[in-house]
Amino acid sequence: MTLDSFSFMRHEILLLAVIILLLIAEIFIPKNKKSNIVHLVVLLFGVHTVVGIFPMGEESLFGGMFRTNNLIHFFKNVLNIGVFILLLQSTDWIQEKIFSQNRGTEFFLLLFSSLLGMYFMISAGDFLMFYIGLELSTLPVAALTAYETSKRISSEAGIKFILSAGLASGTALFGITLLYASSGSIYFDDIMQLIASDNLTILAFILFFTGLAFKISLVPFHFWTADVYEGAPISVASYLSVISKGSAVFILMIMLFTVLKPLMHIWENLLYLIALATMFMGNLFALRQQNMKRFLAYSSIAQAGFILLGMVTGTQLGTATVVYFVMIYIFSNLAAFGVVQAISLKTGRENMNDYEGLYRTNPNLSLVMMLALFSLAGIPPVAGFFGKFFLFTAAASKGYYLLVFIAVVNVTISLYYYLLVVRAMFIRTNESAIPYFKNKIYMRLGLIIAAAGILVLGLYSPLYDYIYELSSSFCGCDL
Amino acid sequence: MNLSFTILIPLIPLSVFLILGILSQEIKPAVSGYIGVFGLFVSTILSYFTAYQYFFVFGKLEGVYQTFTQKTVWMNFTDTLHIDMGVLIDPISVMMLIVVSTISLMVHIYSRGYMKGDDGYTRFFSYLSLFTFSMYGLVLATNLFQIYIFWELVGVSSFLLIGHYYTKPSAVAAAKKAFIVTRFADLGFLIGILIIGFYTSTYDFETLNNPEGSAILNWASGSFMGLSILTWALILIFIGGAGKSAMFPLHIWLSDAMEGPTPVSALIHAATMVVAGVYLVARLFPMYYFVEDGFALNVVAFVGAFSSLFAAVIAVTQTDIKRVLAFSTMSQLGYMMLALGVSGYDGHEGVGYMASMFHLFTHAMFKALLFLGAGSVIHAVHSNFLKDMGGLRKYMPITNITFLIAALAIAGVPPFAGFWSKDEILVAAFEHNKLIYFIGIFVAGLTAFYMFRIYFGIFWGKETKYKHAPHESPVSMTFPLMVLAFLSIVVGFIPFSEFITADKAGFEAHLNYPLAAAAVGVGLIGVGLAYLFYKKENDLAERFSEAFGSFYVWTFHKFYFDEIYLFITKKILFQRVSWPIAKFDKKYVDGTMEGIGNKTVFISHKIKGLQSGKFQDYAFALVSGVVVLALVFIYFLNY
Repeated sequence: MTLDSFSFMRHEILLLAVIILLLIAEIFIPKNKKSNIVHLVVLLFGVHTVVGIFPMGEESLFGGMFRTNNLIHFFKNVLNIGVFILLLQSTDWIQEKIFSQNRGTEFFLLLFSSLLGMYFMISAGDFLMFYIGLELSTLPVAALTAYETSKRISSEAGIKFILSAGLASGTALFGITLLYASSGSIYFDDIMQLIASDNLTILAFILFFTGLAFKISLVPFHFWTADVYEGAPISVASYLSVISKGSAVFILMIMLFTVLKPLMHIWENLLYLIALATMFMGNLFALRQQNMKRFLAYSSIAQAGFILLGMVTGTQLGTATVVYFVMIYIFSNLAAFGVVQAISLKTGRENMNDYEGLYRTNPNLSLVMMLALFSLAGIPPVAGFFGKFFLFTAAASKGYYLLVFIAVVNVTISLYYYLLVVRAMFIRTNESAIPYFKNKIYMRLGLIIAAAGILVLGLYSPLYDYIYELSSSFCGCDL
Repeated sequence: MNLSFTILIPLIPLSVFLILGILSQEIKPAVSGYIGVFGLFVSTILSYFTAYQYFFVFGKLEGVYQTFTQKTVWMNFTDTLHIDMGVLIDPISVMMLIVVSTISLMVHIYSRGYMKGDDGYTRFFSYLSLFTFSMYGLVLATNLFQIYIFWELVGVSSFLLIGHYYTKPSAVAAAKKAFIVTRFADLGFLIGILIIGFYTSTYDFETLNNPEGSAILNWASGSFMGLSILTWALILIFIGGAGKSAMFPLHIWLSDAMEGPTPVSALIHAATMVVAGVYLVARLFPMYYFVEDGFALNVVAFVGAFSSLFAAVIAVTQTDIKRVLAFSTMSQLGYMMLALGVSGYDGHEGVGYMASMFHLFTHAMFKALLFLGAGSVIHAVHSNFLKDMGGLRKYMPITNITFLIAALAIAGVPPFAGFWSKDEILVAAFEHNKLIYFIGIFVAGLTAFYMFRIYFGIFWGKETKYKHAPHESPVSMTFPLMVLAFLSIVVGFIPFSEFITADKAGFEAHLNYPLAAAAVGVGLIGVGLAYLFYKKENDLAERFSEAFGSFYVWTFHKFYFDEIYLFITKKILFQRVSWPIAKFDKKYVDGTMEGIGNKTVFISHKIKGLQSGKFQDYAFALVSGVVVLALVFIYFLNY
C-alpha cells in the first residue's frame, strides 16, 4: 500500500471532508443565517456525488480490511444519488421546522456519518471493519429517528429503533465471534477458505444473518419497521427504507456470494423460507394500512421479500438483477416518500383518504406518486416492471418455479393496495381535498429526478448490461 | 457519410411535443403555435438537406442507390433476432421524409390560422408534433418491429387528433372507430411480424429484402393450406397496411375520421398516415415480389383495384365535401396499391413500383391542398355540406384558384402533377393485367367527375343565402394553399424513375402517348359531365340519380357497410358470443378471484394482532426467530 492507494478511498475521504466542512460552517455561520447552510449542504454533497462517479479500479487496502471494486464503486454511487435526492426532498422540512430550533446542521452530520458507515460496511474486507461500519451506519439513524423531539411518537420510534438495533447487532456480533471461533480468522478471504459446514458455523451464520436481516426488515426481524417509519421524520423513514436497506441488501449479497458461499446449501433454504414469509407478511399487513408511512413501511418489507428472489440464486445473473432492482427500488421509494413528505409538510396530512381527489388539485404530485406506485407494483413500462421481471427470471433460471409463482401471487396482492392509493388520487373525489400548493425548487427537483429515474432506468437497457458486466468482476459468482 | 444528424429529424418534433405537452397550461397559445412551426421548420430543413445529400451527393454507388443505416440493439432475443432502434436511409424513406416534412409544415402553418381561438390550441399543436414524430419514426424504421412501434404511435396520435373536439359525441365515436378498426387490422400485422421473426429469424429490412438473402431464397421452407408460410405472413402484414390505408373492407373508419379538424384530415388522413400501408408494402417489396412468385402481391393488386373503384363510386354521391375527399383519398390509395401490385422488379419492369411512389408523392401535395382548401371553405361558411355552399369564387379567389389547380391535378389533366403519376400507373397496369387497367381508367374518369362536381358545387352554381358574407381566409391559411398549389403543378416534372425504383438502379421513363391520351380523354369527359351537371343550376343531376334508382341509394349509404359491421358486431358478436362469455367470467372466474381476495383480506385482518406495538414482543419475536431458525437449520434442513 502506498500513499496513492488512498485515492481508492475517494468516497470515504470526500464524505469525511464534507462532514468536517459542515462542522466548521456550523461554528462560523451566524445564528440568523444558519438556515442557508442547506444550500451549502446540497452543493457540497452534489460535488461529492459527481466526483464519486469518476471511474475507479480494484484494490485491497490495509492488509485486506478495506477493498473496493467496480461493483462496490457503482453501488456507492447509487447510494450517493439516492442520498442526494433525499437531501433535495428534505431541505424544506429542515429549513421550516428544524432550523427554528437551531438544530439543523446536526441532521446532516448524522446523516452523512451514517452514510460513511455504509461505505465502510460495503467496502469491508474483514468482519471487524464490517461491524464498525454496521454500527456507524445504525447509531446516527437512531438519533435521527428521534429528531422531532417535540413529538412523543418520534421519541418512541427512536427508543424502539435503538433497542431493536442493539439487539440485532449484538446477535450479529455474537455470530461473528462464533465464526472467528470456528475458523480462526476475521478476514473474509481467509474465512472463505477455512469455513466448513459444521453446526457451529451454521449457528454462527444464522446469528450473523440476523444483524443484516434486521436492517433489511426481513420477517421475523421486521417488527420495528412500521412503528419506526411512522414515528420518524419522513426523511429519516425514507432514508431507512432506501439507503439503509439498500446498502444492507448489497453487503448481505456480497457476503453470501463470496465469504459464505460454502454454506450455500444452508442459505438457499433460509432465504427461500424468509422470502416467502416476508412477502406474505409485508403484503398482508400493507393491505390494511391507512397511514401512508406505515403503508410504505409494509410495502418496503414486501419489496425486500422480492429482492431475496434474486439473492437465492447465487449467480452473476442474480447479482445483476438484485443490484438493478435495488437501484430502481431506491428511485421509486424516494419518489413515493418525496410526495408524502411534500404533502405532510404543507398540510400535515398523512392518511390515505387525505389523498382523495389529489389529482384534481395537484396533478403533478399525483403523477409522480402514480409513477412511483406503478414502479413499486411492477407495471410496465416503468422501471419497476423490468426490475421485478429480471428478478423473477433469475430465480426461474435456477429452477425456483414455485417461489416465482408465489412471488407473482404476491405481486398481485401488492397491486391491490398500490392501486388503492392511485384510486384515491385519481378516481375518488373529496370536498376537503388537499388544496393546490407549489413546492419549492429543491423539492421539485428531488421529485423530478426520482420520477425521471423511474422512467429512464427501465427503458435504457445498456445500464442493465453494464451492471451485469460489473457483476462478473466480483469473485465467487462463477463458483 | 455521417448520417447521425438524421436522428434529429424525429427528435425535434418529439421534444416539441414534450415541451408543449408538459407546459400546456403555462404557454400562451400564440407562442405554442410558433414553437410547433419552428420545430418543424428545422426538421424540414434537415429533411431537405438529407434528401439533397442522399440523391445528389453520396447516395449512389455505381448507378445504384445504397441503403444506409445507423442503429443500436434495443432488445436482444438471439444473435440474429433482435429489435433495433435506428434510422434507415434509402430512396423511399428519404422521399417520405420530404412528403411528411412538407405537408406537416404546411399544415402547421395553416393550423395557426384555422385553429385560432380554439380551447385546445396548445394541445392540438402538441399532438401534431407527436404525430409528426411518430410518422418520421415510421418512415425511418430499420426493422419490422420498429415500424410496428411507430405504426401504433401514429395510430394513437390519429386517435387523439380525430377526437380533438372531444365534447362532440360524433367525434369521440369516430376516434374510437378509427382506433379500433386499425388496431384490429394491426393484429394481422403483428401476427405477420411474429411469423416472419420465427421463420426467417430476423426483423431487419436489409436482411429480409435482400433478393439473394435466405429469407427470400428459402420462402418455400414451410407451407400452410397450400401457400407458403411467408406468403401468409405477407398477407397478414398487408392486412395491417390495408387497415391504415383504408382498403376495402377495412375502409369504414376513414370517412368518419373527417370529424377531426380539417388540418388533421389533410395531414393524417390524406397525405401521410394513410399512405403508411402503401409504404409498408413498398418497404417489403422485394419480399412481396419474390416470395411464391408474387402471390401476395396479386392480393395487393386486386384489393387495391377494387377499393379504388368502390371508393370512387361512393365519392360521386356524397354531399359532405370532406367525405367526398375522404373517399377520393381511399380511391387514390387503392391506385397506389394496385400499382405496387402490378409492378415487376428489374429496370423498366418495376415501373409500377416507381409509379406508386410517384403517385404517393404527387397525391400528398394535391390532396393536402384539396383538404386545406376545403378547410378554408368550411372556415368561411361554417358547414361541411354542399348545399350550404355555391358561388364562392367571388368571395374566395385564392381558395378558388388553388382548389381548381388541385382538382385538375387529381383529375389527371396535363401538365399538373397527377397526370404524370397516374399515367405511369396506367402504363404499369396495362402491361400487367388488362382488367386492372380498365378499372383504373374508369376510376380516372369517375375521379375527374366527382372532383369537379364538388368544385363547381362550391365555387360556382347557385349562390346560397349566407348569413354573413363569406370572406377569404387569413394569410396563414392561404400561404400554405399557394405553396401546395405551386408544388401540385411542378412536382410532376420530377424524373422520378431516376431516383426511386424497385431495384434502386434508375431507368428512363417515357410517356406512352396512346395510353396518356386515353387517360386524359376519360378525365376530360368526367370534367365535362360535371360541367354540364353542376356548373349552372339544373336538374340533370337529379334526373340521373333517379335513373340509377336503388343503386344510387345504395351508393349514397356507402353500400351499407357501416350497418353490416354494426350488425355483425352488435347482433352476432356481442349478443351471441361476448355476452355468454362475460357472464361466465363474472360468475365463475371473478367469483373465484373475489373469493381469494376476500380470504386474503380476512387473513390480513386476523394477523394484525401480531404487530402489538410493544417492544418486548418485538424482541421476543427477534430472539425466538433466531433460535427457531438456528434449530431448524442445524437439525432439519442441514443437507
